[in-house]
Amino acid sequence: MEEDENIKKLNPVEMKLLTHIIKNEWKTLIRGKWVIGYGLIFLILTDTLLRFGGGGAEVLLSLSNVMLLFIPLVGMIYGILYIYQSREFVELLLTQPINRKTLFWGLFCGISTPLMAAFVVGAMLPLGWHGILAQDPGASVMVLALGGMLTLIFVALGFVLGLAFYEDRIKGFGFTIVIWLFMAILYDGLILMAIFTFGDYPLERFVIAATMLNPIDLARIMVLLEFDISALMGYTGAVFRQFFGTNSGILTASGMLVLWLAVPAWIGLRVFKKKDF
Amino acid sequence: MIRIENLHKSFGDLEVLKGMNLHIPKGQATGIVGPNGSGKTTLIKTILGLVKPDSGVIHVNDVKLNGNWLYRQDIGYMPQVARYPENMIVRELLEFIKGLRNQEAVFEEELISQFNLGPELDKSLRVLSGGNRQKVGATLAMMFNPQLLFFDEPTAGLDPQASFKFKKRVEKEKQDGKTVLITSHIMSELEQLVDHVVFILDGKIRYYGSMENLLEENKEERLEAAIARMMENSPDPGIEARETEVTFQ
Repeated sequence: MEEDENIKKLNPVEMKLLTHIIKNEWKTLIRGKWVIGYGLIFLILTDTLLRFGGGGAEVLLSLSNVMLLFIPLVGMIYGILYIYQSREFVELLLTQPINRKTLFWGLFCGISTPLMAAFVVGAMLPLGWHGILAQDPGASVMVLALGGMLTLIFVALGFVLGLAFYEDRIKGFGFTIVIWLFMAILYDGLILMAIFTFGDYPLERFVIAATMLNPIDLARIMVLLEFDISALMGYTGAVFRQFFGTNSGILTASGMLVLWLAVPAWIGLRVFKKKDF
Repeated sequence: MIRIENLHKSFGDLEVLKGMNLHIPKGQATGIVGPNGSGKTTLIKTILGLVKPDSGVIHVNDVKLNGNWLYRQDIGYMPQVARYPENMIVRELLEFIKGLRNQEAVFEEELISQFNLGPELDKSLRVLSGGNRQKVGATLAMMFNPQLLFFDEPTAGLDPQASFKFKKRVEKEKQDGKTVLITSHIMSELEQLVDHVVFILDGKIRYYGSMENLLEENKEERLEAAIARMMENSPDPGIEARETEVTFQ
């Protein structure tokens, strides 16, 4: 029953409220300027890479390495900070005649899309004026889209963490850092260790399952599959390609990424709807 | 107007509301008093739908609360702590809430001039003083002319002039037939503003009735003394310990 309610579309009145909230968030975020600063960092980074870093594919790879490391961290911190900083404001909004579902989507879309746009625009402009976008449109679009998607996923995770540890900020930030360290840095090492330890057994399915459980890995593999760089592919990437082939590998991975966005967002909504403020 | 039956709420192991029954008729001005952590704010938040009760039924204007939200069109709420997004400008905040409520802000101009908020309108909320933020909160609560007004510690951060104006305003709202609910620790203020008192102790209603009756029963002339006497007369070993625990709500 409640699940149906969560999936059910918003009616026109609620849609109007939703866009009203989103617009308001955009306005205040743009005034806050640091989202623009974040976009500028990617602009300068991409431009510098393009000036000194050689060809288009190499630059896109370097960009995606930076992106895979930092977007998850920034996204999560940003999401959880928003929840913590806006407590009283969210409470005030909840006392208005508006339902929690509309408010949740309004806040989530309102704060995640500017961050996403900052990355996409910031990285796209130099790619455009250096001609990479025209020269290698498929790969460029994929890197930009992955960065955008990771932003949404990790802002959603930040929201979930903020709502789950509403009273205990230290714990909330602690988990944020641990999850980031685990997903962005330790995960590959752990998989490798498992492979070395259990090398005598067929591990393909395990490796594939393990990859699916980490959105950063999924994004990494999609980049590597797109560029077809076997040397950099690593074990997980190689297994992935062998198992799915390049195209359906990319398709499966993007499907999983969508799921990775849908599930945290849905959990966040559920927590938000049940929460005592 | 507001009908509460057997309301229970716990936060984890902590039982905050222990079976409350309360009926507040239309047009009544009611003060909610009680020690810190007795459940005053939780009670108001439950009526607003911010806190979901474990059991019990609340009716507001004959609408039963079950996660619905339209009934809040009739409620104006001024929170205890007024904090808003720092980069927002006062005028934008007012516009934003107006867009959310989709109701005419009939008293907007009036309240702004009453609280001298005119010069603050184009400032960002970050630079606003605490008192001015409280005034913005009061404006937001009253500008849509709602039938129910909830004020949570309204004058705590206000200077004497603003506090005086605020009380004048609430008296006017009372005369217009609004149902007013105020929590406060300032008893003299409540004496001025309300005619009924709800005394909450340890999650239960210990007294509910008219102010005169309360003073008479306790043979006191001032509300403060009457409340103090009631608190002494209802020894509850749990209160002291709980006071510190519940402050987070």
